Amino acid sequence: MNIKTLFACFTLLVLASCKTPVSYNKIEGKQIAITDTLPTDQSIEAFIKPYREHVNSNLDSVICYATDTYSKSDGYLNTAIGNFIADALYQRSNPIFKKRSDHDIDFVLLNHGGIRAIISKGDITTRTAFEVMPFENAIVVTKLKGEQVKELLDYLVEAKRAHPISKLNIVLDADGALKDATINGKPIDYNKSYYVLTNDYLLNGGDRMDFFKKRDTVYVLDYKIRNALIDYFQETDTISPVKDNRFIQLK
Amino acid sequence: MKRREFIQQTAAASALVGLGGIGLQSFSGTTKKITILHTNDVHSHIDPFGPEDGRNPNKGGVARRAGLIASIRKENPNTLLLDAGDIFQGTPYFNYYGGELEFKLMSMLKYDAATIGNHDFDNGIEGLYAQLPHAKFDFISSNYDFSNTVMDTHVKPYKTFMVDGIKIGVFGLGIELEGLVDKNMYKETKYLNPVEIAQEMSRILKENEKCDLVICLSHLGYNYRDQPEKPDDLKLGKATKDIDLIIGGHTHTFLDKPTVVKNSEGKNMLVNQVGCYGINLGKIDFYFDMDKNKSASGVSIIV
Repeated sequence: MNIKTLFACFTLLVLASCKTPVSYNKIEGKQIAITDTLPTDQSIEAFIKPYREHVNSNLDSVICYATDTYSKSDGYLNTAIGNFIADALYQRSNPIFKKRSDHDIDFVLLNHGGIRAIISKGDITTRTAFEVMPFENAIVVTKLKGEQVKELLDYLVEAKRAHPISKLNIVLDADGALKDATINGKPIDYNKSYYVLTNDYLLNGGDRMDFFKKRDTVYVLDYKIRNALIDYFQETDTISPVKDNRFIQLK
Repeated sequence: MKRREFIQQTAAASALVGLGGIGLQSFSGTTKKITILHTNDVHSHIDPFGPEDGRNPNKGGVARRAGLIASIRKENPNTLLLDAGDIFQGTPYFNYYGGELEFKLMSMLKYDAATIGNHDFDNGIEGLYAQLPHAKFDFISSNYDFSNTVMDTHVKPYKTFMVDGIKIGVFGLGIELEGLVDKNMYKETKYLNPVEIAQEMSRILKENEKCDLVICLSHLGYNYRDQPEKPDDLKLGKATKDIDLIIGGHTHTFLDKPTVVKNSEGKNMLVNQVGCYGINLGKIDFYFDMDKNKSASGVSIIV
């Protein structure tokens, strides 16, 4: 065996050894809770601080005033807070929708569960809007045929829940059956289609509002519900919404 | 970046040690320990939950996580830090800064890689792209085809790391976006079958790249028991081979301990997920006994 062959053998050995995978013989797995007993890294904390201060000062700036405290549990089939949100979204969205589609929004339907906090009496801040609407849901307008509007009414009559509505009026008889319904003060024409403002969660089947699945055109306004509320608060000095007759049951 | 160079240099050094070792016919009696740290679904939770929080009082917080990670790295520098997606969305920090702070902090914590969750598209694919300059770590996704989007060339299908002479391959899987994320947000991102991609990736990493350890960062979700057709981490673990660890996300699953799953060859592998919001840090240690390697006498799993 000459030196060359030896060298070649050695090279082969080295190459082989480099390519041989090694395997583990033990694994230990655990989860470590991040709690207040752990020390805070001060350099990270210092880095976050200016961001936090900016966000907080902006969130806590006063943009409106509430004359009372409003909660989604204050009412049977409609609530002041739900009426406020539905009306505010209509007011903020209709000019945008009209400009883009040349139509008006006929009515609004949101979900009761989507109101995530109360509006407390006193100063309203941007943070209030984040609390009431922590999700990133967007405003959408969709065209529903009369048949689906009928299903929508059936859904509301069956649910008997204060899902926020605007421009839609529903009266139930003492037995809880549908007695009368109007859109924008006019009787509903079930041969006609209507433009309904809702949120993307419901449009995509949330809360089992299946009638939205049989929708026609969808208009995405590129407008988040929270941002519409913030804009409404900013252009309004004081809010004092009330529970009204938009969805009631006769006694 | 500095740390990565350090790991590579260390790897080069170990290769040299290996060369010297050949003459002695075997490696000296050492055990190598690789630590994998992981988070998922942190959702912009930068500050800890306050003492009044109804569910997670005084838990979480990036500055505390940073301290913990630093102390673990001090104990074992041969550590990788990974995230399984949904970095974005959940606190006003995201609404105000669009993910800038999340990426900057993850870079300061020296994350090595992350995969992409559905909420990382919440400001659109352009919104994700716009924040990339703030991320000093790699994004790994194997089953999202970004070729017709702005993210093209900015996401790797897999990445290998040399840590103390141990070669670690990491690939990433994302959940089906259709029906979950508005098309306007993910644009022309194509979703490819995660199980098929996982089989391909693990083969590439094991056979071509000769990795000693294969890790899958998954944002598929832990387990959809009632939906046999919907891919999840447990199904993925069973249907594949050569994956040693799946680090999961999406379902915000809190596990008491990592789940041991038998893969398609009957070999044990691990699936783990640590809830959400940066409340927990996952820590998986792999021990390589360099003496009696190849003995294949089985792996003891302590969870």
